[in-house]
Amino acid sequence: MPGRSIEFHPDDRFFAFLRIIHNPQCGEGKLAGIPVAIKDNISTEGIETTCASRILAGYVPPYDATVVERIRREGAAIVGKTNMDEFGMGTTTENSAFGPTRNPADPSRVPGGSSGGSAAAIAGGLVPMALGTDTGGSIRCPAAFCGIVGLKPTYGRVSRYGLIAYANSLEQIGPMAGTVTDVNRLMGVIAGYDPRDSTSLDMPFRHEPDPDIRGVKIGVPEEFFGEGVDPRVASVVWDGISVLEKKGAEIITCRMPSMACALAAYYVTCTSEASSNLARFDGVRYGPAADSKKTWHESFQERRREGFGEEVRRRIMLGTFALSSGYYGKYYAKAQAARNNVRADFARLFREVDALAGPTMPTVAFRFGEKSDPLSMYLSDILTVPANLAGVPAISVPCGKVENLPVGLQITGCWMEDERVIDIAYAFEQGRSP
Amino acid sequence: MTVIIGLEIHCQLDTATKLFCGCSTDYRDDSPNSHTCPVCLGLPGSLPKINKKAVEYALRVAKALHCEVPQESEFARKNYFYPDLNKGFQITQYDRPLAVSGHLDIDGDDGEKRVRITRVHMEEDPGRLVHKGGADRPRYTLVDYNRAGIPLIEIVTEPDLRSPKEARKFLNKMRATLEYLGVFDSEKEGSLRVDANISIQGSERVEVKNITSYKGVEKALTFEVTRQRNAIRRGQKIVRETRHFVEARGVTTSSRSKEMEQDYRYFPEPDLRPLRVCDWADEIVIPELPDARKSRFIQDYNLSPTHAATLTGDWQIAEFYETLPPDLRTSTGTATWVADTLLGELNYRDMSIRHVPLQHFKEILIIRESGGVTDKGAVEVLRALLDQVKETGSCESPGACIERLGLKVLGTSEQGGENPVTSAAREAIEENPQAVEDFRKGRKEALNFLVGQVMKKTRGCAKPADVNRVLIDLLSGEV
Amino acid sequence: MITEKDTEHIAQLADIAIYREELAAFTSRFNEILEYFDILDTVEVMEYRNEKECNVLRDDEIVPSLPQERALANVKEQEEGFFKAPRVM
Repeated sequence: MPGRSIEFHPDDRFFAFLRIIHNPQCGEGKLAGIPVAIKDNISTEGIETTCASRILAGYVPPYDATVVERIRREGAAIVGKTNMDEFGMGTTTENSAFGPTRNPADPSRVPGGSSGGSAAAIAGGLVPMALGTDTGGSIRCPAAFCGIVGLKPTYGRVSRYGLIAYANSLEQIGPMAGTVTDVNRLMGVIAGYDPRDSTSLDMPFRHEPDPDIRGVKIGVPEEFFGEGVDPRVASVVWDGISVLEKKGAEIITCRMPSMACALAAYYVTCTSEASSNLARFDGVRYGPAADSKKTWHESFQERRREGFGEEVRRRIMLGTFALSSGYYGKYYAKAQAARNNVRADFARLFREVDALAGPTMPTVAFRFGEKSDPLSMYLSDILTVPANLAGVPAISVPCGKVENLPVGLQITGCWMEDERVIDIAYAFEQGRSP
Repeated sequence: MTVIIGLEIHCQLDTATKLFCGCSTDYRDDSPNSHTCPVCLGLPGSLPKINKKAVEYALRVAKALHCEVPQESEFARKNYFYPDLNKGFQITQYDRPLAVSGHLDIDGDDGEKRVRITRVHMEEDPGRLVHKGGADRPRYTLVDYNRAGIPLIEIVTEPDLRSPKEARKFLNKMRATLEYLGVFDSEKEGSLRVDANISIQGSERVEVKNITSYKGVEKALTFEVTRQRNAIRRGQKIVRETRHFVEARGVTTSSRSKEMEQDYRYFPEPDLRPLRVCDWADEIVIPELPDARKSRFIQDYNLSPTHAATLTGDWQIAEFYETLPPDLRTSTGTATWVADTLLGELNYRDMSIRHVPLQHFKEILIIRESGGVTDKGAVEVLRALLDQVKETGSCESPGACIERLGLKVLGTSEQGGENPVTSAAREAIEENPQAVEDFRKGRKEALNFLVGQVMKKTRGCAKPADVNRVLIDLLSGEV
Repeated sequence: MITEKDTEHIAQLADIAIYREELAAFTSRFNEILEYFDILDTVEVMEYRNEKECNVLRDDEIVPSLPQERALANVKEQEEGFFKAPRVM
């Protein structure tokens, strides 16, 4: 049946898109005719998918990711592929091989990352909703920096089939939109069991946001306002938390000691997995062809040097080192233990409270080039990585501004309680509106 | 100088689909890369999902080898870079294999022997490479991923084998066991591949890789034992290394690779969940295995242990034997015929029992037993049929063959004129007066000579006993 | 502490070439990050098993494969249905 199509000719002045589809097909369903942007690490049949990396230039997947299939089935128009940090490795979208995206709230600043293109496309008014992916904060950080809403679902609620892996055990595809309602709507389409993903949970998502949070217990771990959190950001977020209190939630301060090792555990785990995931780009089956004058190893080594950006190579090497014989016990095994401590901490906290609240990011959006050394960049992920380590859902919702730059409030929930974090975010959104 | 051998056996499991995707495993004779999908091509974003049947087959093997199945096992990534790998790593099992600590009893060099099995684990087969541009300096490599993802089990033994011959016997027993379990098709090329660790006691151990046929194992190991012994005799040190078996030349060569110290950076496969299958393993019922069948053959069919061992050493032959009519199964003649003649003729032609229409052989045995064809005639028919199968893939029926070659046993009844045996005997007597005279002088050998002449004239279609009787009748009648 | 030689070794292990002029910077960044990772030394390793999520299996049922030309669609050069790779040695 020939579908209808829409016209899509945006003024992409923030460089949110790597590829724009001007006459996309659409159909009937829950997302009928709605333009949806897709992060470029999610496979789209017949549409080039590069993860913003030169090593995948020209790669056209012969299949759709499960989430893309579902979005198409519900009538949405896929209007393009959005910019990102190469393979999702970054917090600013500066690590795209094709140039950085700008923050619509302040074009001299980064949109956050790695789903910076998706966030900027929404914040810039080009699309109402988009898909991002979140390995250590990559949906929530740009949502916070650009002033939109982004949900990292419970690990397993959204199929990863077709998501080009960076760190399999941590990442989830998730919805991003201007409002909680639209995030909820997109989540309803993409979530659900997928037999092709062995880590998929059989847990349908059918939900209407409910702003009634009377009696809901919200924990605020001290560590969420620890060292490195800009006091101005902290103050805006505390104001936000008091909005929740006004809506009837009970606010309880608590502790989360496992945070001390969370960031190190996160970076060891994601680089280890990445070092293995990124080994397949050898130019044999796809991607720019290998140099046939050289031997396999010569050609492979050079392809990886030329095809990957500096940060990607650094993470591959870090992960290789963390898994290498003699160091596995010191790094990878310890990181998994630290990860279990984070899980255990959440499990303990969620026996006492229904959700946790705090800032999404320690600061507002950086200026371009502001974070030049990798470690200080990594440190800015401290508040978002715990949810990925444990696999729990977390949402970032705009909660005010510092010097005209958006600040995000992060609500983290118990496993499978994506609906509850959506409700709390919705209550907050409603509570702030005049 | 004691020889110490341990084996790693890779066996393709005969499932309908690959280990981690739904692509068909039946790709032989199909064009390259026609049995692939995003998963087994390693396309970005694809995810593996474990084939239940492959786990069940692996558990059957674990059970037959008396292994322990731990509470939990898991898949791991083995990271290395080579174009036959679709993902830059192989999904295998590392420190938490499916099964551990088993054994297989064999008829060893010094009688009954228990060979310990260290572990049984599952993994995916890599793709197939074709090196182009000459063996010495290949210019490029062609890659076919049809084989990529075929389920394999790797069976690792303790270093319990003491000679190449014992290693071959072990492999024969292992192969038979895998066939009995119905998890493996030995006819598929490369379905059984072996790496061997071999050392002379007190020296370093050498790994021989790339033994792609179970027949090659004894050859490769014999070569390696001689090489290592000679080196030690000459006072050289054996270096710990990996060598490759070059089947065509029957030698092993040093791989001289730079990547001597491979660091595979194993870690748990994050895209798969662990297996907790020990309860499932308990429920699995395995069929009768070679040893049990051998005992039953000795007991029920009155066979010698040697015949019983041969007949049960290959599942297809054992199955064939049991389709024979009951009275044939208990006859020593039948056992000899199948175990020695049939297998001998197959071996001579390098053919497998799978190639031949078994119904025909059953018929030959039945005609032979009923006296419709002599022993010699039956062999002639067998050879003719096997040659036909080898050449054309099919053959005529035994009856037609007997008819065509005139191998029908000649009767000695007198109705309808003199029978061919009597005429031939009469001719032989006439043509050989010297022998007749010798016989009359009492020389036994003379009769044998005359029998031979008659057999020649009747082209082996007369029964020797008939010829004897007719000759004696004729010779005594002449007195 | 990691030396430049170690960095070269890690690059070799990762099968990734690095430019000579990057070596010093790479090494010092590496050291900063690894020093931060040292906090993991304080963690005690304990066994953790998720007993619920296991035995995720599929039935042995054939799913149609990609047609050969689609399998090969992302390469410029092929030969008689094979992918082409550089020589291995």
